[in-house]
Amino acid sequence: MAIHRHDNHKSANGFMKWMDDRMPVTKVWNEHLAEYMAPKNFNFWYYFGSLAILVLVIQLVTGIFLTMHYKPDAALAFASVEYIMRDVPYGWLIRYMHSTGASMFFVVVYMHMFRGIIYGSHREPRELVWLIGCVIFVALMAEAFMGYLLPWGNMSYWGAQVIISLFDVIPYFGPMLTEWIRGDFVISDATLNRFFAFHVILLPLILVALVFLHLVALHHVGSNNPDGIDIYEELDENGHPKDGIPFHPYYTVKDLVGVCGFLIIYLGIIFFFPDLGGIFLEKDNFATANPLQTPPDIVPLWYFTPFYSILRASTDTLLQFFAYSSVIIAVAAALLTKFEIKVKAGILVAGIVAALVFMNSSGKAWGVILMAAAIVCFFLLPWLDRSPVRSIRYRSWPFKVALAIFIVAFFILGYLGMNAPTPVKTLMAQVCTCIYFAFFVLMPWFTSIGKTKPLPTRLTMPAEH
Amino acid sequence: MADNHVSDESVQHSDENSVEDIKRRRFITGITAGFGAVGGAMAVTPFVMSMSPSERAKNAGAPVQYDYSKIQEGQMVKVEWRGKPVVLLKRTPEMMQGLKEIEGSLADVMSDQSIQPEYAKNEDRSDPAKPELLVMEGVCTHLGCSPVEKLAIGPDPQMGDDSQGGFFCPCHGSKFDLAGRVYKNVPATTNMPVPPFKFEGNVIVIGDDVGRA
Repeated sequence: MAIHRHDNHKSANGFMKWMDDRMPVTKVWNEHLAEYMAPKNFNFWYYFGSLAILVLVIQLVTGIFLTMHYKPDAALAFASVEYIMRDVPYGWLIRYMHSTGASMFFVVVYMHMFRGIIYGSHREPRELVWLIGCVIFVALMAEAFMGYLLPWGNMSYWGAQVIISLFDVIPYFGPMLTEWIRGDFVISDATLNRFFAFHVILLPLILVALVFLHLVALHHVGSNNPDGIDIYEELDENGHPKDGIPFHPYYTVKDLVGVCGFLIIYLGIIFFFPDLGGIFLEKDNFATANPLQTPPDIVPLWYFTPFYSILRASTDTLLQFFAYSSVIIAVAAALLTKFEIKVKAGILVAGIVAALVFMNSSGKAWGVILMAAAIVCFFLLPWLDRSPVRSIRYRSWPFKVALAIFIVAFFILGYLGMNAPTPVKTLMAQVCTCIYFAFFVLMPWFTSIGKTKPLPTRLTMPAEH
Repeated sequence: MADNHVSDESVQHSDENSVEDIKRRRFITGITAGFGAVGGAMAVTPFVMSMSPSERAKNAGAPVQYDYSKIQEGQMVKVEWRGKPVVLLKRTPEMMQGLKEIEGSLADVMSDQSIQPEYAKNEDRSDPAKPELLVMEGVCTHLGCSPVEKLAIGPDPQMGDDSQGGFFCPCHGSKFDLAGRVYKNVPATTNMPVPPFKFEGNVIVIGDDVGRA
């Protein structure tokens, strides 16, 4: 029977021809690596995508080996982790690779997201790449949260207790839902066992599938670049972009340099500071879970602390501030904009309704809503950003100032979340929470004002700066 | 694209597929898909239900008994019920007096926003038959930590200079009085819950109030 090839990719030899006739091996290799045209000016920030895949692989591999010794049982879990650390040959290394890998995963992903924001990688036509990335971020947070319960230390236990209690604020269904999540009336063996199942099977499958979709969407629209311009506008006589180079070997080799740099830092932490002074592994988690004894201060791991700070910042004071400012914003919008009178009235009514809602609801419920909203904001970025250009290199100054303030506020929130709250720190967290949301709420405005620089027609290389 | 797309026109022109037939076919497809969805939902049910508390977990949530006559005046014991610490505190007359003095600084004096059985919804948050005995889940209503007892009356670094005794949550600084009622302007907004309980002679049954007078 004749074999119908559906592509014209040239097979390297007889064996590959046999393969290519049956499966698009050469086609996929070419389209996604050897002939995938990437902009030629990728810089430092472009390491983090491939590094994220590297860390994902490290987590999958070390995770598989940890499950060979770990026992998901409330009576045995803590001891089995200690057993891995002390008695299993190289168990300490595999476990530290996994625990440090979790933190490094977030380092890499936060850098990767920052890259997207500064170069406008979330903008049209890459909205789906960005959205899938945001879902990966949420899935990663769920994966990390569930993984943190598994050592069954006291911070594991109480951290899970606090986070699962967040669902209690959902009216009517809340208590039923938390009972269903825990599978018990308290965090218990049932909770540990199901978190293990989610952590080692469900979420890794979801993560791998999402990463696959992330890449499919990316390769469909092509990679962005530090100039934020479309390299397919300038084509050579073969129809290839003049400023494009094949991903393999150019960027596979470049990314290997990034891998070396990453491994130096990653292994340095593993060998010399595996707990990073209580930041990567919290001190309270070196004692076994005790349902009757809360640790003196419950703090999540560092990658959750900006959002945890927002949760804690939600007190009556913050809600009063929100109530007043929603009225002020509504009045300002009604007076200063050029909408129809009906629209203006609508804005005023919405402002007053928002104020009344803020005045008459509890800080605890709003803490959960704000924390969720803080993550949802990232999903909306492609539509909040109205700048005519993508890259920060050509953007107007208001965006640069706003982004700088946002990053500072994000770091302060992260720092505050690692510390016990005091009145001053709570106030700081409240100010930073306001800055955090102002960055997203005001983005349509500050990205559309100011003068942007003219875009180049060709990519600029570092030497040309 | 072209070969995947079958236009309505070409279908209508074929003899076997009259408009009537297409409508019928679409109806049957819709019904089948609908029943498939119902079946799918039913198939999911056992998996969702399997995550609810098991019979063993429910048994572990059974009531616990404690001989409360052993508790001295001013003494507090913790009993574990459903994995949660339940505080049993026999309050002294001074403590009972102190509860009245601080009412002005409490957020929910009458426990209107809080969880307790009807018979414990009063200023003392206890059974009127034994007002001095506080029975309470020692779980902070903010985010579920276990507050530390501060039973002494008098100045306390966390509770303040004119403390009448109470509970202090080390996690986020919520303060409660000796009836588990929350102070104003702390992260927690409701009083610590009182579980259902009943007395059987010298024994208190925590977690069950069936047949209570």
